[in-house]
Amino acid sequence: MGLELYLDLLSQPCRAVYIFAKKNGVPFELRSVDVLKGQNHSDDFVQVNPLRKVPALKDGDFTLAESVAILLYLARKYKTPDHWYPQDLQARARVDEYLSWQHTALRMSCTRAMWQKMMLPVFLGQRVPPETLANTLAELDRCLQLLEDKFLKDQEFLAGPHISVADLVAVTELMHPVSAGCDIFKSRPKLAAWRWRVEAAVGEGLFREAHAVIMKAKDLPPADAAVKERLKPLVQLFL
Amino acid sequence: MGLELYLDLLSQPCRAVYIFAKKNGIPFELRTVDLRRGQHLSDAFAQVNPLQKVPVLKDGDFILTESVAILLYLARKYKVPDHWYPRDPQACARVDEYLAWQHTTLRRNCLRALWHKVMLPVFLGEPVSPEMLATTLAELDMALQVLEGKFLQDKAFLIGPHISLADLVAITELMHPVGAGCQVFKGRPKLAAWRQRVEAAVGEVLFQEAHEVILKAKDSQPADPSLKQKMLPKVLAMIQ
Repeated sequence: MGLELYLDLLSQPCRAVYIFAKKNGVPFELRSVDVLKGQNHSDDFVQVNPLRKVPALKDGDFTLAESVAILLYLARKYKTPDHWYPQDLQARARVDEYLSWQHTALRMSCTRAMWQKMMLPVFLGQRVPPETLANTLAELDRCLQLLEDKFLKDQEFLAGPHISVADLVAVTELMHPVSAGCDIFKSRPKLAAWRWRVEAAVGEGLFREAHAVIMKAKDLPPADAAVKERLKPLVQLFL
Repeated sequence: MGLELYLDLLSQPCRAVYIFAKKNGIPFELRTVDLRRGQHLSDAFAQVNPLQKVPVLKDGDFILTESVAILLYLARKYKVPDHWYPRDPQACARVDEYLAWQHTTLRRNCLRALWHKVMLPVFLGEPVSPEMLATTLAELDMALQVLEGKFLQDKAFLIGPHISLADLVAITELMHPVGAGCQVFKGRPKLAAWRQRVEAAVGEVLFQEAHEVILKAKDSQPADPSLKQKMLPKVLAMIQ
């Protein structure tokens, strides 16, 4: 059995891994794990990742969780072009810096924004107090400002003149609130220009393919009682 | 000007960077940024890091934040022994996996344990309800279970037979609740044994030196009202 990638394209880190693998022609078997259907709790999947999260990688007997670790593993094993994770010490440090910062900053606020604006009310029928949503969107706004001011600045891409894994991780995060109808690029022309550059560098076809699921999330029929019950912990987490 | 490291050993990521640099004989100027005096909020420090956080590395004109990025930069630039961040792809991936996982789990829980148990009440004069503290300690307990059950298992160190960046980052996190008086190693003999191994590998003297400040955290002088006013919202945002 060759490389297997366990993904649900509803998830931002899964999209980053998917785009990276496809763009670089990494041969893999796609193992779809539908998190809303609870497939991350199946006995088979728990063998691959006991933490029951996606993305997960299986390469022979070797299993790996955490999208950042997976991206770097793929970059090294498949010797992808240097710009994805540059050899240059300082350029690489900039990528590492972004990949570290984003866990508790942009990722958190993008996830919250998408769930509070869309998934909780529409899919789970869970009311979100307007104040809570307002705070979340304000926090998202702060993160976007940092993304522009600290990372992007006047560069073409987050870590310099070329696209890197940092851009992939960032853009897939931003598509989360976009899918919920948050117009995050409005009044942010610099960020909008960067987003189009990333999409062009990845390839429009692949970008759209990777985002088909999330962009249709708003059309999901409301969850039934059993699904609501199972996803209750997520409600606590995202509210 | 050579390498400068802006640190406060009160902070877990600063301790990991400090220990790593010292252990590997990396020459640096220590620039202390006293968080409890609000020095991270100064205009001077904002020139170094507008995000007003530590640790920060300054290497000539190159400024770098985020402890994980700093550790990796130092490891590569100073060509430290392989075990810290192995060349072997799978071993390296295991380090990356830990370093990614810990941000929103162990780090967050250790930080909250210190602030809920000690720093909010003692330093900022803000009471914390017993329920809040109990929840925080329960979450810490769950993270410790994952640390033992998924990462350490029956190995000597988190990723294998040798100490790596993952162990440094983990141990400095655990010393946060220890500094708050939480008995994290009690009833966890495997973790306690691992802690002794890490301390021995780092060197007892260096380990104690790096942890002197956190172990006295409960003796923090209360912040004056103006500093409290500036710090409280930022602290609450940091530990959410």
